[in-house]
Amino acid sequence: MIVAEKKPIDEIKEMMKSFRKVLNVGCGGCTSICMAGGQREVGLLNEELQNTLKQDGVSFQADGFTVERQCNADFYSELDAIAKGYEALLSMACGAGVQFLAERYPERPVFPALNTVFVGVDRDIGWFEENCRTCRECVLADTGGICPITRCAKSLFNGPCGGTSREGKCEVNKETPCAWFEIHKRLKEQNRLENILKFKPAREWRNQTQGTLVQEAYKKRYAK
Amino acid sequence: MSFKERLASGKFVVVVELQPPKGNHLADLFGQVDRLNGRADAIYIPDLQNAIMRLGSLSVCTLLKARGKETIFTLSCSDRNRLALQSDLLGASALGLDNVLVLQGDPPSMGDHYEAKPVFDLDVLGLLGAVKRLQEGYDLAGNELQGKPQFCVGSQIRLGATSQDMDLEVVEMEKKIGFGVDFFVASPVYDAGLFEIFIKKAAPLKVPIIAAVTLLKSVGMARYVNKHVEGAFIPETDIDKLMKAPDKREASVEIASATIHRLKPVCQGVQIIPIGWEQLIPTVLERAGS
Repeated sequence: MIVAEKKPIDEIKEMMKSFRKVLNVGCGGCTSICMAGGQREVGLLNEELQNTLKQDGVSFQADGFTVERQCNADFYSELDAIAKGYEALLSMACGAGVQFLAERYPERPVFPALNTVFVGVDRDIGWFEENCRTCRECVLADTGGICPITRCAKSLFNGPCGGTSREGKCEVNKETPCAWFEIHKRLKEQNRLENILKFKPAREWRNQTQGTLVQEAYKKRYAK
Repeated sequence: MSFKERLASGKFVVVVELQPPKGNHLADLFGQVDRLNGRADAIYIPDLQNAIMRLGSLSVCTLLKARGKETIFTLSCSDRNRLALQSDLLGASALGLDNVLVLQGDPPSMGDHYEAKPVFDLDVLGLLGAVKRLQEGYDLAGNELQGKPQFCVGSQIRLGATSQDMDLEVVEMEKKIGFGVDFFVASPVYDAGLFEIFIKKAAPLKVPIIAAVTLLKSVGMARYVNKHVEGAFIPETDIDKLMKAPDKREASVEIASATIHRLKPVCQGVQIIPIGWEQLIPTVLERAGS
């Protein structure tokens, strides 16, 4: 899941300062699940914005509308008519959703209310952890299901850097487990240590340009 | 007279761009420099241009300085983070290099190590900010330095063909001047008429502008530039001249020297980019009356 968090309220206020009537568009996908940008958070943010702007003596109306997923145009049909009644749109989706909204309504300014922070998992309610950097070349088969790109501060591919503490923590952040300490432990338990004995050459960093993907089964459909 | 003094005095400067070798064998490059016979005010050494791995600008400039030549050391944001950039700037100053040109740099994906991870930790304004900060005696983290480097600082101009492109570039130049840029090098000029329009727009900035002049080697190259290089426009008359010429080198020299001749009264210098035809540079300069 894509995990996001709300931007500081002052930053959102600054974006909103030249508008009087704004539609805050929530997302029922990832940002709703990570409790950053669903229907509930749209209501809370609108209330917070209206209250703080009222204190500043500014009349400001923020309404809310949450689509099932902001990253798919199929869910926009109802929003099309509603959006017309507003000067600007605020989006509580991830960065992809914000851009899709802006592309759909190019005549209206669209602003992000969230910072998209990572692709991760739920550790507990409201507690998330980053696990994937979307590098486009997954190495988890060799590393016991632990990602060295995301979880090693130096994104190393051939073992630890030498900065692992006695407790198996990272020298960059003492709270973070050393990815290679964990990889070694897991592979040893699975009796698969030979996986990390061979040299892994420097990888191809394919995520430096914008990616597009058509799944194999659909290639004919979109062929030009 | 140093490059900086020449710029300050308003005299026309001649810069020659020479590509460092892919390897550590410098005899050819030294030979090219010697054949210039002192005609160049500075030798410009690119830094991993087009993301092709080569010997670096810093070491080549240092070696040329030891041979009594003035150089323009170039530094780009593509392959170094802010620590390495600042460290290389201090290194250049410690090695006695006086001129630096900073640029954004080319993404590795277009070069010969396309799988490399791009850096771009700072952008070109960020790097200019770093140069400024170091010259004030501090690093980007605010730590005080032992000794302040001093440079004559250059930056690139990307010449677009439309009026709007030019206006935008003038705004960019103004921002860069605010960050301490002392001179600019404009991307290759093929159409002196277009360049004159740009120069008029940039005139209020009162900053030295050096125009790059590339030796056109073939009709194919000219067509390629027109098709693929953003903002570049080689006039059909020049392409025609190249096409009909029995001796392509002779035609190339004629086109380049005519361009330089026309640029002389309008800008503060030229930077000749020979792309393998280094031996023709003295003739080009002679014909252009430089």
